[in-house]
Amino acid sequence: MSPQELAEAIVPATADTRRRIPLWGFLKGHPQAAIGAAILVVFALVAILGPWIAPYGPREQVGPIFGTPSNPHPLGLDDAGIDILSLLIYGARITLIVGFAGALVAVVVGGLIGIVSGYFGGRIDNLLMRITDYFLVLPDLVLLIVVASIWGRSLRNIIIIIGLVYWTFMARLIRSQVKVVRERAYVKRAQALGASHLRIITRHVLPQVLPLILAQTVLMVALAIFLETAISFLGLGDPNAPSWGRMIENAFDRSAISYGAWWAIVPPGLAVAVVIMAFNMLGTAAEDALNPRLRVSHLLRRHFRMRPLPDKDDAR
Amino acid sequence: MSALAVEDLHVWFDLPGGRELHAVQGIDLALAPGERLGLVGESGCGKTTAILAMMGLLPPSASVAGRVLLGGEDILAGGDRTMRPHRWTDIAMVFQGAMNAFDPVKTVGSQITEPLERAGIASGRAARARTAELLELVGISGERQDRYPHEFSGGMRQRAAIAMALACEPKVLLADEPTTALDVMVQAQILELLVRLTDELGLAMILVTHDLPLVSQACTRAAVMYAGRIAETGTTRELHHAPLHPYTRMLFQATPDLRGTGAVSSIPGAPPRLDEPTVGCPFSPRCDRAFAPCAATRPPLRTAGTGHLAHCHLEGGA
Repeated sequence: MSPQELAEAIVPATADTRRRIPLWGFLKGHPQAAIGAAILVVFALVAILGPWIAPYGPREQVGPIFGTPSNPHPLGLDDAGIDILSLLIYGARITLIVGFAGALVAVVVGGLIGIVSGYFGGRIDNLLMRITDYFLVLPDLVLLIVVASIWGRSLRNIIIIIGLVYWTFMARLIRSQVKVVRERAYVKRAQALGASHLRIITRHVLPQVLPLILAQTVLMVALAIFLETAISFLGLGDPNAPSWGRMIENAFDRSAISYGAWWAIVPPGLAVAVVIMAFNMLGTAAEDALNPRLRVSHLLRRHFRMRPLPDKDDAR
Repeated sequence: MSALAVEDLHVWFDLPGGRELHAVQGIDLALAPGERLGLVGESGCGKTTAILAMMGLLPPSASVAGRVLLGGEDILAGGDRTMRPHRWTDIAMVFQGAMNAFDPVKTVGSQITEPLERAGIASGRAARARTAELLELVGISGERQDRYPHEFSGGMRQRAAIAMALACEPKVLLADEPTTALDVMVQAQILELLVRLTDELGLAMILVTHDLPLVSQACTRAAVMYAGRIAETGTTRELHHAPLHPYTRMLFQATPDLRGTGAVSSIPGAPPRLDEPTVGCPFSPRCDRAFAPCAATRPPLRTAGTGHLAHCHLEGGA
């Protein structure tokens, strides 16, 4: 019998042993994740198709200043007579790009420092963690105001600032997880076999912390979008990029409130809130699914069920 | 009247895709006060599941049928509601690997005191005194109750786990592999302790293990489980010398003999899948004495003297 025949004899290939697509099962088991994902898909599509579906350009004056919502402009016009719906669609692009890019910077920098710090430990760990501590104690808002005013107002700088503010959080989290994995017997075994650090990290440590990194990235995007909105609202955003935060800032600046032009503030505010909520729903569900330690179902007071005895003929 | 009686106990577990695993398929057990019963069988045959069902400690994925009679009262009937008043006060358990289940940041004593306070038996100074008494009972100095689990050896932790199970003076003790992962000397001590405790306290005990010599040593009667069913019950002497079921005989043959007589033989094959209904005798594919009816019909219950029962088609013993 060839090894393959042997394997087939031991494990019969039946249809029910085939693995299902994990993503589908995950969305099915976590309705909140499915809702979050659906919302994000809609926003992502809007962002990608922006220039084709936006009725007007983002700088095009198409009507009176603070024109009320009406048929050709369902969300009204802003202080320069620009269509709010079009701005919102173009803003989705900027906001999502900054959110993802900012989160990516934070995850890459934080993840790398966390892995190196957790894996090597000792002096390197000490040094890296003191640097992390330093960034942790700096107040976020002050840090970003200072950096933004020194480096200038551009999208690239905002992305870097977001990374700068959030990498510490990521580094801490990954470090602690790597420390746990590093002590596992199979890592010791790999070391004993003479595996290089790089191999141990990529083959044994990374697969263990990757799910955590993924779940945290999703949550991080929500934080990044929040921070981008805050930066823009403070007037430190890119003046050439119409993000949702800038829309709110602009409306606030041009006294939309005293004009009673609620349509200049509410739509971008709502969009930010909905997107952040969607990322959070997806992220917490992913965290719950990927990190069994957070699961508390075994602590719930739910118990076995009683059922009637089966038919004697049936069971015997 | 028996201290604990189990009648036609079934346990199913939900599997993904709406399927079910029939882990325990209708077992009957009766335990007289002060009696020690061994429950033996290979891994995965449903021993632990069966006794967890008797404690009402199965997860939400399980469904249960049958009766668990404690002093004549069916404590399983109302699920957790009827189980709760009896759990630990009337029926207690030494869990598998219990010695590793101590909270490392609390003293051993405080963890033994907890059930005392929860059950309203003693509190404060009285609970401390009772904890010391319990530790003395299992051969640990009462002053050690303020020590932490890491300051105890494996055997001591196992003793402490037994003390914890005895805290509320139960009538029935379920011990799930209480000697596994201990060295032979400590194993013998723990076993001796359990035997002494059941004798002194009139405690009925079910000893779950796959260690046959252990059962012969400690128990008067034993039940051999296979694929969720009880293959044979009887006194340990009967099971050893005059088994009715080939599985019992083969199980003993697979155990090394101290005198070195007879070669140790393993049982070929693997137990059946429990997520599919079995036809006939579940052991028939592995049985060395299987004949035509074994694969086709459920084996009848055979008796050889009082209390010696087996589900087997063979007549006149294996």
